Amino acid sequence: MKSSVITFPGSNCDRDMDVALKKFGFINKMVWHDDNELPKSDLVVLPGGFSYGDYLRCGSMASKSRIMQSVINFAKSGGLVMGICNGFQILVETGLVPGVLLRNKYLEFICKNVHVKIDNKENPYFKNLDNNIFEFHIAHNEGNYFCTKDQLKEINDNSQVAIYYCNEKGQIDDQHNPNGSLKNIAGIFNKEKNVLGMMPHPERMIDQSLSGEDGSLFFKNLINNIK
Amino acid sequence: MKISAVITLKKDVLDPQGKVIHQTLDGMGFKDISEVRQGKYFEIDVQENDPHKAKEIVEEMCKKLLANLVIENYRIIETK
Repeated sequence: MKSSVITFPGSNCDRDMDVALKKFGFINKMVWHDDNELPKSDLVVLPGGFSYGDYLRCGSMASKSRIMQSVINFAKSGGLVMGICNGFQILVETGLVPGVLLRNKYLEFICKNVHVKIDNKENPYFKNLDNNIFEFHIAHNEGNYFCTKDQLKEINDNSQVAIYYCNEKGQIDDQHNPNGSLKNIAGIFNKEKNVLGMMPHPERMIDQSLSGEDGSLFFKNLINNIK
Repeated sequence: MKISAVITLKKDVLDPQGKVIHQTLDGMGFKDISEVRQGKYFEIDVQENDPHKAKEIVEEMCKKLLANLVIENYRIIETK
C-alpha cells in the first residue's frame, strides 16, 4: 500500500506521520508542496504543523499550493485523503470538507490527550475497528469547529461527523469539549467519506513506551481496510 | 490604484478575541461599549486605473483567498 505525505513550509508532523505509516506497512513518500504531480498513492496525508506560519487563516495559503490541485483531483476521483490538525485546517480551506476551524474558545493553545468517540464506521477509515472510543493527542490553537446551520443539517443528514470529543466512557458533553467545537465535533468527512479531517493526532499514539497504542489500532486497521 | 478590503466576522460567529478586547477596554474605563468585533484590513495596490474594474479584481481576491465566506464578510473601499 502506497501513501504520500505532503510537506508544506511550516509542516512539523510530516516526519511523525511518515514514521507511523511505515511502521504499519505503508510504503510512504514525502511530497513537496510545490510539486505538480502526486506519486501513485492509496492514501494522501496532509500533516499537522503551522503551514505558512498560519498567516491570514490557518491552512488558507497551503490550500492554494501547487500540489493541492492534484490532491483535490485525487479526492474528487474517490482517493483517500486524510488531514490531521493543520491538515484538517487545509482541508476545510479547500472546501473538500465543510465548515471552518476557529480560534479555541478560551484563546489557549491546547496540548493534551483527549478521548474521542467514533460516530460512524461505514467508511474506509474506521470500518472493522473493535473499539468506539480512542485516546488521541491534540495540540492546536485553532481547533474550534464551526459551520453554518445549513451545513450542520447536511452533515447530520449524511452522517458526516467522524469523531466527537468525549470522556473515557464516551460521554459527549460541554465538560469534555476542549476548544468550544460545535456539537463537540473533532473530525469530519466529506459526503462520500473518502476525505477525513480531524484535529487529534493518531500518529502520536503509536508507541506504548512513549504514549499509547490507540493510534496503532487506527493505522493497523486502516492499512487492512485499504488492502 | 489603491483598493482596501475590510474582512469582518459574520454576526453569529463567536469572536473570543473581540470579547477579550471589549473586557480590557471596559476595565480601562471605556464603559460605553456594547460590542467589539475584530477583523482584518488589507490595502492592495492594483495595476488598474478603472476603479470599477479594480474593485472587481479585489472582490475576486476576497472570494478566493482573503475571506472565508463561511464565517466572514468583506467590504471593498476605494482608497484615495
